[in-house]
Amino acid sequence: MRIRTISYFIREALKSLYRNSWMGLASMGTVAVSLIIVGLSLITVMNANYLAARLESNVEIIAFIKSDVSEDDARALKNEIQSIPGVSSVEFRSKDQALVEFRKELGEQQNMINALGGENPLPHLYKVTTISPGDVEGVAKKLELFPQMEKVDYGKGVVEKLFSITRWVRLVGLTVIVLLGLAAVFLIATTIRLTVFARRKEIQIMKILGATNWFIRWPFLVEGMVLGFTGALIAVLIVDFSYLAVIDYVQKDLNLNILGLQKDTRFLLLLGGVMLGVGTFIGALGSGISMRKFLKV
Amino acid sequence: MINMINVSKIYPNGTKALTDVSLRVEKGEFVFLVGPSGAGKSTLTKLIFREEQPTRGQILFNGKNIARLRPGEVPYLRRNIGVIFQDFKLLPNKTVAENVSFALEVIEASKREIRKSVPEALEMVGLSDKVNAVPSELSGGEQQRVGIARAIVNNPPLIIADEPTGNLDPETSWEIVNLLHEINKCGTTVLMATHDKVIVDGMRKRVVALENGRVVRDEERGAYGYED
Ligand SMILES: Nc1ncnc2c1ncn2[C@@H]1O[C@H](COP(=O)(O)OP(=O)(O)OP(=O)(O)O)[C@@H](O)[C@H]1O
Ligand SMILES: [Mg+2]
Repeated sequence: MRIRTISYFIREALKSLYRNSWMGLASMGTVAVSLIIVGLSLITVMNANYLAARLESNVEIIAFIKSDVSEDDARALKNEIQSIPGVSSVEFRSKDQALVEFRKELGEQQNMINALGGENPLPHLYKVTTISPGDVEGVAKKLELFPQMEKVDYGKGVVEKLFSITRWVRLVGLTVIVLLGLAAVFLIATTIRLTVFARRKEIQIMKILGATNWFIRWPFLVEGMVLGFTGALIAVLIVDFSYLAVIDYVQKDLNLNILGLQKDTRFLLLLGGVMLGVGTFIGALGSGISMRKFLKV
Repeated sequence: MINMINVSKIYPNGTKALTDVSLRVEKGEFVFLVGPSGAGKSTLTKLIFREEQPTRGQILFNGKNIARLRPGEVPYLRRNIGVIFQDFKLLPNKTVAENVSFALEVIEASKREIRKSVPEALEMVGLSDKVNAVPSELSGGEQQRVGIARAIVNNPPLIIADEPTGNLDPETSWEIVNLLHEINKCGTTVLMATHDKVIVDGMRKRVVALENGRVVRDEERGAYGYED
Protein backbone atom coordinates (compact mmCIF):
# COMPACT_ATOMS: atom_id res chain seq x y z
CA MET A 1 0.00 0.00 0.00
CA ARG A 2 1.33 3.40 -0.94
CA ILE A 3 2.09 6.02 1.70
CA ARG A 4 -0.05 8.44 -0.25
CA THR A 5 -2.98 6.04 -0.05
CA ILE A 6 -2.58 5.73 3.71
CA SER A 7 -2.43 9.47 4.14
CA TYR A 8 -5.54 9.72 1.96
CA PHE A 9 -7.36 7.32 4.30
CA ILE A 10 -6.34 9.32 7.36
CA ARG A 11 -7.21 12.65 5.74
CA GLU A 12 -10.66 11.42 4.72
CA ALA A 13 -11.28 9.98 8.19
CA LEU A 14 -10.33 13.21 9.93
CA LYS A 15 -12.45 15.25 7.53
CA SER A 16 -15.59 13.31 8.32
CA LEU A 17 -14.80 13.28 12.04
CA TYR A 18 -14.75 17.05 11.84
CA ARG A 19 -18.06 17.06 9.98
CA ASN A 20 -19.83 14.75 12.46
CA SER A 21 -18.16 16.09 15.54
CA TRP A 22 -21.19 15.79 17.87
CA MET A 23 -21.90 12.18 17.10
CA GLY A 24 -18.19 11.56 17.27
CA LEU A 25 -17.96 13.09 20.74
CA ALA A 26 -20.91 11.05 21.94
CA SER A 27 -19.45 7.75 20.80
CA MET A 28 -16.01 8.71 22.07
CA GLY A 29 -17.55 9.52 25.45
CA THR A 30 -19.29 6.16 25.60
CA VAL A 31 -16.09 4.34 24.83
CA ALA A 32 -14.35 6.40 27.51
CA VAL A 33 -17.00 5.73 30.17
CA SER A 34 -17.14 2.02 29.52
CA LEU A 35 -13.38 1.74 29.57
CA ILE A 36 -13.16 3.79 32.77
CA ILE A 37 -15.42 1.21 34.39
CA VAL A 38 -13.31 -1.58 32.91
CA GLY A 39 -10.20 0.03 34.33
CA LEU A 40 -11.62 0.71 37.77
CA SER A 41 -13.06 -2.77 38.17
CA LEU A 42 -9.82 -4.35 37.06
CA ILE A 43 -7.92 -2.23 39.57
CA THR A 44 -10.35 -3.16 42.33
CA VAL A 45 -10.12 -6.85 41.52
CA MET A 46 -6.37 -6.64 41.34
CA ASN A 47 -6.11 -4.94 44.73
CA ALA A 48 -8.59 -7.28 46.33
CA ASN A 49 -6.73 -10.29 44.99
CA TYR A 50 -3.51 -8.88 46.30
CA LEU A 51 -5.03 -8.19 49.70
CA ALA A 52 -6.56 -11.65 49.83
CA ALA A 53 -3.26 -13.28 49.01
CA ARG A 54 -1.57 -11.25 51.72
CA LEU A 55 -4.22 -12.06 54.30
CA GLU A 56 -4.19 -15.70 53.36
CA SER A 57 -0.50 -16.05 53.91
CA ASN A 58 -0.92 -14.12 57.15
CA VAL A 59 -3.69 -16.11 58.68
CA GLU A 60 -2.22 -17.50 61.83
CA ILE A 61 -3.88 -19.18 64.73
CA ILE A 62 -3.33 -17.70 68.16
CA ALA A 63 -3.89 -20.07 71.02
CA PHE A 64 -4.12 -18.37 74.43
CA ILE A 65 -3.09 -20.50 77.38
CA LYS A 66 -4.99 -20.50 80.64
CA SER A 67 -3.41 -18.26 83.28
CA ASP A 68 -3.04 -21.11 85.79
CA VAL A 69 -0.68 -23.03 83.50
CA SER A 70 2.96 -22.43 84.32
CA GLU A 71 5.42 -21.25 81.68
CA ASP A 72 7.29 -24.57 81.68
CA ASP A 73 4.10 -26.57 81.25
CA ALA A 74 3.06 -24.24 78.49
CA ARG A 75 6.40 -24.56 76.68
CA ALA A 76 6.14 -28.33 76.90
CA LEU A 77 3.09 -28.28 74.59
CA LYS A 78 5.18 -27.22 71.62
CA ASN A 79 6.04 -30.72 70.32
CA GLU A 80 2.46 -31.88 70.67
CA ILE A 81 1.20 -28.89 68.66
CA GLN A 82 3.89 -29.36 66.06
CA SER A 83 2.71 -32.92 65.47
CA ILE A 84 -0.84 -31.86 64.50
CA PRO A 85 -1.20 -32.59 60.76
CA GLY A 86 -1.18 -29.43 58.62
CA VAL A 87 0.83 -27.32 61.01
CA SER A 88 3.71 -25.51 59.44
CA SER A 89 5.28 -23.44 62.24
CA VAL A 90 4.78 -23.12 65.93
CA GLU A 91 6.04 -20.19 67.94
CA PHE A 92 5.76 -19.81 71.71
CA ARG A 93 5.37 -16.34 73.17
CA SER A 94 5.65 -16.08 76.96
CA LYS A 95 3.62 -13.49 78.84
CA ASP A 96 6.84 -11.53 79.54
CA GLN A 97 7.80 -11.40 75.89
CA ALA A 98 4.27 -10.38 75.06
CA LEU A 99 4.48 -7.52 77.56
CA VAL A 100 7.74 -6.25 76.07
CA GLU A 101 6.14 -6.24 72.64
CA PHE A 102 3.06 -4.56 73.99
CA ARG A 103 5.19 -1.81 75.49
CA LYS A 104 6.85 -1.27 72.16
CA GLU A 105 3.55 -0.97 70.37
CA LEU A 106 2.18 1.47 72.92
CA GLY A 107 5.23 3.69 72.62
CA GLU A 108 4.61 6.86 74.56
CA GLN A 109 1.57 5.62 76.38
CA GLN A 110 3.51 3.11 78.48
CA ASN A 111 2.14 4.59 81.68
CA MET A 112 -0.96 2.55 80.91
CA ILE A 113 1.08 -0.53 81.79
CA ASN A 114 2.75 1.09 84.75
CA ALA A 115 -0.73 1.75 86.07
CA LEU A 116 -1.17 -2.01 86.35
CA GLY A 117 1.37 -1.92 89.17
CA GLY A 118 3.79 -4.63 88.05
CA GLU A 119 1.04 -7.15 87.31
CA ASN A 120 1.23 -8.78 83.86
CA PRO A 121 -2.31 -9.53 82.75
CA LEU A 122 -1.23 -11.05 79.41
CA PRO A 123 -1.40 -14.82 78.87
CA HIS A 124 1.23 -17.11 77.38
CA LEU A 125 0.35 -17.89 73.82
CA TYR A 126 1.25 -19.91 70.75
CA LYS A 127 1.32 -18.56 67.22
CA VAL A 128 0.63 -21.38 64.81
CA THR A 129 0.66 -21.18 61.05
CA THR A 130 -0.59 -23.87 58.73
CA ILE A 131 0.80 -25.25 55.52
CA SER A 132 -2.30 -24.22 53.54
CA PRO A 133 -5.13 -21.79 54.37
CA GLY A 134 -7.58 -24.70 54.15
CA ASP A 135 -5.99 -26.32 57.23
CA VAL A 136 -6.60 -23.34 59.50
CA GLU A 137 -10.00 -24.34 60.72
CA GLY A 138 -9.09 -28.02 61.40
CA VAL A 139 -5.93 -27.14 63.30
CA ALA A 140 -7.77 -24.52 65.36
CA LYS A 141 -10.41 -27.12 66.33
CA LYS A 142 -7.70 -29.54 67.48
CA LEU A 143 -6.03 -26.81 69.54
CA GLU A 144 -9.32 -26.03 71.27
CA LEU A 145 -9.37 -29.62 72.54
CA PHE A 146 -6.24 -29.02 74.63
CA PRO A 147 -7.31 -28.62 78.27
CA GLN A 148 -4.59 -25.99 78.77
CA MET A 149 -6.08 -23.68 76.16
CA GLU A 150 -8.18 -20.73 77.20
CA LYS A 151 -9.16 -19.59 73.75
CA VAL A 152 -8.16 -20.13 70.13
CA ASP A 153 -8.41 -17.28 67.63
CA TYR A 154 -7.98 -17.06 63.91
CA GLY A 155 -9.08 -14.71 61.13
CA LYS A 156 -12.23 -16.65 60.52
CA GLY A 157 -14.08 -15.73 57.33
CA VAL A 158 -12.04 -12.65 56.45
CA VAL A 159 -10.51 -14.26 53.42
CA GLU A 160 -13.80 -15.77 52.35
CA LYS A 161 -15.49 -12.38 52.61
CA LEU A 162 -12.77 -10.76 50.56
CA PHE A 163 -13.12 -13.36 47.85
CA SER A 164 -16.86 -12.92 47.72
CA ILE A 165 -16.33 -9.18 47.31
CA THR A 166 -13.94 -9.78 44.41
CA ARG A 167 -16.40 -12.17 42.81
CA TRP A 168 -19.14 -9.59 43.11
CA VAL A 169 -17.01 -6.79 41.70
CA ARG A 170 -16.08 -9.06 38.82
CA LEU A 171 -19.68 -9.97 38.07
CA VAL A 172 -21.14 -6.48 38.27
CA GLY A 173 -18.13 -5.04 36.48
CA LEU A 174 -18.43 -7.59 33.71
CA THR A 175 -22.14 -6.96 33.20
CA VAL A 176 -21.69 -3.21 33.08
CA ILE A 177 -18.70 -3.56 30.79
CA VAL A 178 -20.55 -5.77 28.34
CA LEU A 179 -23.59 -3.47 28.26
CA LEU A 180 -21.55 -0.30 27.88
CA GLY A 181 -19.30 -2.00 25.35
CA LEU A 182 -22.33 -2.85 23.23
CA ALA A 183 -23.58 0.72 23.57
CA ALA A 184 -20.17 2.00 22.44
CA VAL A 185 -20.10 -0.31 19.42
CA PHE A 186 -23.64 0.74 18.53
CA LEU A 187 -22.89 4.46 18.84
CA ILE A 188 -19.77 4.18 16.74
CA ALA A 189 -21.67 2.15 14.16
CA THR A 190 -24.30 4.90 14.05
CA THR A 191 -21.68 7.62 13.71
CA ILE A 192 -20.03 5.80 10.84
CA ARG A 193 -23.38 5.08 9.22
CA LEU A 194 -24.07 8.82 9.19
CA THR A 195 -20.73 9.39 7.48
CA VAL A 196 -21.42 6.64 5.00
CA PHE A 197 -24.87 8.08 4.33
CA ALA A 198 -23.49 11.57 3.82
CA ARG A 199 -21.03 10.16 1.31
CA ARG A 200 -23.12 7.50 -0.41
CA LYS A 201 -22.95 9.35 -3.74
CA GLU A 202 -19.19 9.57 -3.52
CA ILE A 203 -18.99 5.88 -2.61
CA GLN A 204 -21.17 4.94 -5.59
CA ILE A 205 -18.91 6.94 -7.90
CA MET A 206 -15.81 5.40 -6.40
CA LYS A 207 -17.16 1.94 -7.08
CA ILE A 208 -17.98 2.74 -10.69
CA LEU A 209 -14.49 4.17 -11.11
CA GLY A 210 -13.05 0.82 -10.00
CA ALA A 211 -12.07 1.43 -6.37
CA THR A 212 -11.66 -1.77 -4.39
CA ASN A 213 -13.93 -2.35 -1.42
CA TRP A 214 -10.98 -2.08 0.93
CA PHE A 215 -10.01 1.26 -0.52
CA ILE A 216 -13.53 2.49 0.21
CA ARG A 217 -13.67 0.86 3.62
CA TRP A 218 -10.39 2.05 5.08
CA PRO A 219 -11.26 5.72 5.74
CA PHE A 220 -14.36 4.60 7.66
CA LEU A 221 -12.41 1.99 9.59
CA VAL A 222 -9.80 4.59 10.43
CA GLU A 223 -12.55 6.96 11.54
CA GLY A 224 -14.03 4.33 13.85
CA MET A 225 -10.63 3.37 15.21
CA VAL A 226 -9.71 7.00 15.87
CA LEU A 227 -12.98 7.41 17.82
CA GLY A 228 -12.36 4.24 19.82
CA PHE A 229 -8.71 5.01 20.46
CA THR A 230 -9.35 8.59 21.57
CA GLY A 231 -12.13 7.46 23.91
CA ALA A 232 -9.80 4.84 25.35
CA LEU A 233 -7.01 7.38 25.76
CA ILE A 234 -9.29 9.64 27.78
CA ALA A 235 -10.27 6.67 29.92
CA VAL A 236 -6.66 5.61 30.51
CA LEU A 237 -5.66 9.11 31.58
CA ILE A 238 -8.61 9.44 33.96
CA VAL A 239 -8.17 5.98 35.47
CA ASP A 240 -4.42 6.22 35.90
CA PHE A 241 -4.37 9.73 37.33
CA SER A 242 -7.26 9.19 39.70
CA TYR A 243 -5.79 5.90 40.90
CA LEU A 244 -2.39 7.44 41.54
CA ALA A 245 -4.09 10.32 43.34
CA VAL A 246 -6.06 7.90 45.52
CA ILE A 247 -2.93 5.96 46.42
CA ASP A 248 -1.19 9.18 47.31
CA TYR A 249 -4.07 10.32 49.47
CA VAL A 250 -4.39 7.00 51.25
CA GLN A 251 -0.70 6.73 51.94
CA LYS A 252 0.21 10.30 52.81
CA ASP A 253 -2.88 11.93 54.26
CA LEU A 254 -4.63 8.96 55.83
CA ASN A 255 -1.37 7.18 56.56
CA LEU A 256 -3.04 3.90 55.77
CA ASN A 257 -0.17 2.03 54.23
CA ILE A 258 -1.67 -1.11 55.67
CA LEU A 259 -4.41 -1.07 53.00
CA GLY A 260 -1.57 -2.13 50.74
CA LEU A 261 -2.90 -0.42 47.60
CA GLN A 262 -0.75 -1.53 44.74
CA LYS A 263 1.32 1.09 42.99
CA ASP A 264 2.36 -1.36 40.32
CA THR A 265 3.50 0.64 37.28
CA ARG A 266 3.81 -2.47 35.14
CA PHE A 267 0.21 -3.31 35.90
CA LEU A 268 -0.94 0.23 35.08
CA LEU A 269 0.98 0.21 31.79
CA LEU A 270 -0.47 -3.15 30.85
CA LEU A 271 -3.95 -1.99 31.82
CA GLY A 272 -3.50 1.16 29.70
CA GLY A 273 -2.32 -0.87 26.73
CA VAL A 274 -5.23 -3.27 27.00
CA MET A 275 -7.73 -0.42 27.27
CA LEU A 276 -6.30 1.33 24.20
CA GLY A 277 -6.40 -1.92 22.27
CA VAL A 278 -9.97 -2.67 23.31
CA GLY A 279 -11.07 0.89 22.44
CA THR A 280 -9.53 0.69 18.98
CA PHE A 281 -11.10 -2.71 18.45
CA ILE A 282 -14.53 -1.42 19.50
CA GLY A 283 -14.11 1.40 16.95
CA ALA A 284 -13.13 -0.95 14.14
CA LEU A 285 -15.97 -3.32 15.03
CA GLY A 286 -18.52 -0.50 15.01
CA SER A 287 -17.52 0.79 11.60
CA GLY A 288 -17.15 -2.74 10.24
CA ILE A 289 -20.74 -3.47 11.22
CA SER A 290 -22.10 -0.32 9.62
CA MET A 291 -20.30 -0.96 6.33
CA ARG A 292 -21.09 -4.61 5.84
CA LYS A 293 -24.40 -3.93 4.15
CA PHE A 294 -23.70 -1.13 1.73
CA LEU A 295 -20.52 -2.55 0.23
CA LYS A 296 -22.16 -5.71 -1.12
CA VAL A 297 -23.09 -4.35 -4.57
CA MET B 1 -14.42 -6.99 -27.04
CA ILE B 2 -17.95 -7.55 -25.72
CA ASN B 3 -19.75 -10.78 -26.48
CA MET B 4 -23.17 -11.31 -24.91
CA ILE B 5 -24.60 -14.76 -25.41
CA ASN B 6 -28.30 -15.42 -24.72
CA VAL B 7 -28.38 -12.97 -21.86
CA SER B 8 -31.56 -12.52 -19.82
CA LYS B 9 -32.07 -10.21 -16.90
CA ILE B 10 -35.01 -10.49 -14.56
CA TYR B 11 -34.98 -8.02 -11.68
CA PRO B 12 -35.81 -9.33 -8.21
CA ASN B 13 -39.29 -7.77 -8.46
CA GLY B 14 -39.99 -9.95 -11.51
CA THR B 15 -39.49 -7.34 -14.26
CA LYS B 16 -38.06 -8.99 -17.38
CA ALA B 17 -35.67 -6.25 -18.48
CA LEU B 18 -33.73 -8.33 -21.05
CA THR B 19 -34.69 -11.58 -22.77
CA ASP B 20 -32.23 -13.73 -24.68
CA VAL B 21 -30.04 -10.91 -25.88
CA SER B 22 -27.00 -11.80 -27.99
CA LEU B 23 -24.71 -8.99 -29.04
CA ARG B 24 -21.13 -8.73 -30.23
CA VAL B 25 -19.18 -5.48 -30.17
CA GLU B 26 -15.71 -5.46 -31.71
CA LYS B 27 -12.79 -3.39 -30.58
CA GLY B 28 -12.87 0.15 -32.01
CA GLU B 29 -16.58 0.15 -32.85
CA PHE B 30 -19.01 3.00 -32.17
CA VAL B 31 -22.42 1.56 -31.31
CA PHE B 32 -25.72 3.34 -30.63
CA LEU B 33 -28.18 1.53 -28.41
CA VAL B 34 -31.72 2.77 -29.11
CA GLY B 35 -35.26 1.81 -28.21
CA PRO B 36 -38.31 3.05 -26.38
CA SER B 37 -38.25 3.90 -22.74
CA GLY B 38 -38.09 0.75 -20.60
CA ALA B 39 -36.68 -1.34 -23.45
CA GLY B 40 -33.69 -2.37 -21.37
CA LYS B 41 -30.91 -0.09 -22.65
CA SER B 42 -29.68 0.99 -19.23
CA THR B 43 -29.93 -2.56 -17.95
CA LEU B 44 -27.74 -3.79 -20.80
CA THR B 45 -25.05 -1.20 -20.08
CA LYS B 46 -25.16 -1.98 -16.35
CA LEU B 47 -24.56 -5.65 -17.06
CA ILE B 48 -21.34 -4.77 -18.86
CA PHE B 49 -19.80 -2.77 -16.04
CA ARG B 50 -21.23 -5.24 -13.57
CA GLU B 51 -23.57 -2.94 -11.71
CA GLU B 52 -26.09 -5.73 -12.34
CA GLN B 53 -25.60 -9.43 -12.91
CA PRO B 54 -27.41 -11.38 -15.66
CA THR B 55 -30.01 -13.92 -14.62
CA ARG B 56 -29.02 -16.19 -17.51
CA GLY B 57 -26.39 -16.23 -20.22
CA GLN B 58 -22.76 -15.26 -20.61
CA ILE B 59 -21.09 -11.90 -21.02
CA LEU B 60 -17.55 -12.11 -22.28
CA PHE B 61 -15.36 -9.05 -21.88
CA ASN B 62 -12.12 -9.61 -23.78
CA GLY B 63 -12.84 -13.33 -23.54
CA LYS B 64 -13.47 -13.41 -19.81
CA ASN B 65 -16.95 -14.30 -18.55
CA ILE B 66 -17.85 -11.39 -16.31
CA ALA B 67 -21.09 -13.02 -15.24
CA ARG B 68 -18.94 -15.21 -13.01
CA LEU B 69 -16.59 -12.62 -11.60
CA ARG B 70 -15.64 -12.86 -7.94
CA PRO B 71 -16.57 -9.66 -6.03
CA GLY B 72 -12.89 -8.87 -5.58
CA GLU B 73 -12.36 -8.87 -9.37
CA VAL B 74 -15.15 -6.41 -10.17
CA PRO B 75 -13.11 -3.25 -9.48
CA TYR B 76 -10.43 -4.44 -11.90
CA LEU B 77 -13.05 -5.03 -14.61
CA ARG B 78 -14.37 -1.50 -14.06
CA ARG B 79 -10.94 0.01 -14.52
CA ASN B 80 -11.24 -1.07 -18.17
CA ILE B 81 -14.54 0.74 -18.66
CA GLY B 82 -15.18 4.49 -18.57
CA VAL B 83 -18.81 5.21 -17.73
CA ILE B 84 -20.61 8.43 -18.62
CA PHE B 85 -24.02 9.29 -17.16
CA GLN B 86 -26.95 11.46 -18.11
CA ASP B 87 -26.71 13.27 -14.77
CA PHE B 88 -22.88 13.53 -14.97
CA LYS B 89 -22.37 12.17 -11.41
CA LEU B 90 -19.68 14.70 -10.54
CA LEU B 91 -18.68 15.47 -6.95
CA PRO B 92 -20.07 18.95 -6.28
CA ASN B 93 -17.44 20.02 -3.74
CA LYS B 94 -14.45 19.08 -5.89
CA THR B 95 -13.00 21.18 -8.69
CA VAL B 96 -12.87 20.05 -12.30
CA ALA B 97 -9.27 18.90 -11.93
CA GLU B 98 -10.04 17.12 -8.65
CA ASN B 99 -13.05 15.34 -10.13
CA VAL B 100 -10.88 14.01 -12.93
CA SER B 101 -7.92 13.06 -10.77
CA PHE B 102 -10.32 11.35 -8.35
CA ALA B 103 -10.69 8.58 -10.95
CA LEU B 104 -6.96 7.93 -10.74
CA GLU B 105 -6.68 8.36 -6.97
CA VAL B 106 -9.26 5.71 -6.19
CA ILE B 107 -7.40 3.17 -8.29
CA GLU B 108 -4.18 4.13 -6.52
CA ALA B 109 -2.38 5.50 -9.56
CA SER B 110 0.97 7.17 -8.96
CA LYS B 111 1.29 10.90 -8.43
CA ARG B 112 3.36 11.13 -11.59
CA GLU B 113 0.65 9.45 -13.62
CA ILE B 114 -1.97 11.79 -12.18
CA ARG B 115 0.12 14.85 -12.97
CA LYS B 116 0.56 13.68 -16.54
CA SER B 117 -2.86 12.24 -17.39
CA VAL B 118 -5.26 14.74 -15.84
CA PRO B 119 -4.16 17.77 -17.92
CA GLU B 120 -4.13 15.55 -21.03
CA ALA B 121 -7.70 14.43 -20.44
CA LEU B 122 -8.86 18.00 -19.74
CA GLU B 123 -7.09 19.19 -22.88
CA MET B 124 -8.82 16.47 -24.88
CA VAL B 125 -12.28 17.65 -23.75
CA GLY B 126 -11.35 21.33 -24.11
CA LEU B 127 -11.58 22.35 -20.46
CA SER B 128 -7.97 23.32 -19.80
CA ASP B 129 -9.08 26.83 -18.80
CA LYS B 130 -11.66 25.63 -16.25
CA VAL B 131 -9.56 23.32 -14.08
CA ASN B 132 -10.28 25.17 -10.85
CA ALA B 133 -14.01 25.67 -11.34
CA VAL B 134 -16.49 23.59 -9.36
CA PRO B 135 -19.33 21.82 -11.21
CA SER B 136 -21.98 24.36 -10.15
CA GLU B 137 -20.04 27.04 -12.02
CA LEU B 138 -20.19 25.08 -15.28
CA SER B 139 -22.82 24.68 -18.01
CA GLY B 140 -24.38 21.26 -18.55
CA GLY B 141 -22.22 20.64 -21.58
CA GLU B 142 -19.09 21.57 -19.65
CA GLN B 143 -20.09 19.30 -16.80
CA GLN B 144 -20.52 16.43 -19.21
CA ARG B 145 -17.06 17.18 -20.62
CA VAL B 146 -15.72 16.76 -17.10
CA GLY B 147 -17.58 13.45 -16.92
CA ILE B 148 -15.96 12.39 -20.19
CA ALA B 149 -12.51 13.50 -19.06
CA ARG B 150 -12.95 11.45 -15.89
CA ALA B 151 -14.05 8.42 -17.94
CA ILE B 152 -11.07 8.53 -20.31
CA VAL B 153 -8.34 9.66 -17.92
CA ASN B 154 -7.00 6.15 -17.31
CA ASN B 155 -7.28 5.22 -21.01
CA PRO B 156 -9.90 2.47 -20.78
CA PRO B 157 -10.47 0.42 -23.94
CA LEU B 158 -14.26 0.83 -23.59
CA ILE B 159 -16.52 3.83 -22.96
CA ILE B 160 -20.14 3.27 -21.97
CA ALA B 161 -22.39 6.32 -22.15
CA ASP B 162 -26.00 6.07 -20.96
CA GLU B 163 -27.92 8.96 -22.54
CA PRO B 164 -24.99 11.34 -22.15
CA THR B 165 -26.87 14.06 -24.00
CA GLY B 166 -30.22 13.51 -22.28
CA ASN B 167 -29.96 16.75 -20.29
CA LEU B 168 -28.37 18.89 -23.01
CA ASP B 169 -29.64 21.13 -25.79
CA PRO B 170 -29.19 19.94 -29.41
CA GLU B 171 -26.11 22.02 -30.15
CA THR B 172 -24.30 20.96 -26.98
CA SER B 173 -25.36 17.38 -27.62
CA TRP B 174 -23.56 17.48 -30.95
CA GLU B 175 -20.41 18.76 -29.27
CA ILE B 176 -20.51 15.90 -26.79
CA VAL B 177 -21.13 13.26 -29.45
CA ASN B 178 -18.38 14.68 -31.63
CA LEU B 179 -16.07 14.47 -28.65
CA LEU B 180 -17.02 10.82 -28.13
CA HIS B 181 -16.42 10.29 -31.84
CA GLU B 182 -12.93 11.80 -31.51
CA ILE B 183 -12.20 9.47 -28.64
CA ASN B 184 -13.50 6.54 -30.69
CA LYS B 185 -11.19 7.49 -33.57
CA CYS B 186 -8.26 7.11 -31.20
CA GLY B 187 -9.21 3.45 -30.84
CA THR B 188 -11.56 3.42 -27.87
CA THR B 189 -14.73 1.38 -28.25
CA VAL B 190 -17.86 3.44 -27.53
CA LEU B 191 -21.29 2.11 -26.59
CA MET B 192 -23.89 4.85 -26.29
CA ALA B 193 -27.52 4.45 -25.24
CA THR B 194 -29.60 7.35 -26.55
CA HIS B 195 -33.01 8.73 -27.45
CA ASP B 196 -31.53 11.36 -29.75
CA LYS B 197 -32.88 10.70 -33.24
CA VAL B 198 -31.07 13.58 -34.90
CA ILE B 199 -27.71 12.45 -33.65
CA VAL B 200 -28.18 8.78 -34.49
CA ASP B 201 -29.40 9.63 -37.97
CA GLY B 202 -26.62 12.15 -38.48
CA MET B 203 -23.76 9.89 -37.34
CA ARG B 204 -24.57 6.84 -39.46
CA LYS B 205 -22.97 4.40 -37.07
CA ARG B 206 -23.96 0.91 -36.03
CA VAL B 207 -27.42 0.96 -34.40
CA VAL B 208 -28.73 -1.77 -32.09
CA ALA B 209 -32.43 -1.40 -31.29
CA LEU B 210 -34.01 -2.97 -28.21
CA GLU B 211 -37.72 -3.45 -27.63
CA ASN B 212 -39.22 -5.14 -24.63
CA GLY B 213 -35.83 -6.49 -23.71
CA ARG B 214 -35.07 -8.08 -27.07
CA VAL B 215 -32.75 -7.00 -29.88
CA VAL B 216 -35.08 -6.21 -32.77
CA ARG B 217 -32.61 -4.59 -35.16
CA ASP B 218 -28.85 -4.40 -35.59
CA GLU B 219 -27.59 -2.38 -38.56
CA GLU B 220 -24.25 -1.00 -39.66
CA ARG B 221 -24.59 2.67 -40.61
CA GLY B 222 -28.16 2.54 -39.28
CA ALA B 223 -30.79 5.12 -38.45
CA TYR B 224 -32.77 5.80 -35.30
CA GLY B 225 -35.94 4.32 -36.76
CA TYR B 226 -38.54 5.61 -34.32
CA GLU B 227 -40.68 8.69 -34.62
CA ASP B 228 -40.54 10.29 -31.20
N1 LIG C 1 -33.39 -1.83 -10.29
C1 LIG C 1 -34.51 -2.23 -10.94
N2 LIG C 1 -35.39 -3.01 -10.29
C2 LIG C 1 -36.50 -3.42 -10.91
N3 LIG C 1 -36.82 -3.12 -12.17
C3 LIG C 1 -35.98 -2.33 -12.87
C4 LIG C 1 -34.77 -1.86 -12.28
N4 LIG C 1 -34.13 -1.11 -13.20
C5 LIG C 1 -34.89 -1.14 -14.31
N5 LIG C 1 -35.99 -1.86 -14.12
C6 LIG C 1 -37.02 -2.16 -15.11
O1 LIG C 1 -36.43 -2.83 -16.19
C7 LIG C 1 -36.96 -2.39 -17.43
C8 LIG C 1 -35.84 -1.84 -18.29
O2 LIG C 1 -35.34 -0.66 -17.70
P1 LIG C 1 -34.11 0.16 -18.29
O3 LIG C 1 -33.77 1.20 -17.31
O4 LIG C 1 -33.05 -0.80 -18.69
O5 LIG C 1 -34.78 0.79 -19.57
P2 LIG C 1 -34.19 1.88 -20.54
O6 LIG C 1 -34.25 1.28 -21.89
O7 LIG C 1 -32.89 2.37 -20.07
O8 LIG C 1 -35.27 3.04 -20.41
P3 LIG C 1 -35.05 4.61 -20.55
O9 LIG C 1 -34.95 4.89 -21.99
O10 LIG C 1 -36.28 5.19 -19.95
O11 LIG C 1 -33.82 4.95 -19.79
C9 LIG C 1 -38.01 -1.35 -17.10
O12 LIG C 1 -39.25 -1.99 -17.11
C10 LIG C 1 -37.64 -0.92 -15.70
O13 LIG C 1 -38.80 -0.55 -14.99
MG1 LIG D 1 -32.12 4.18 -19.32
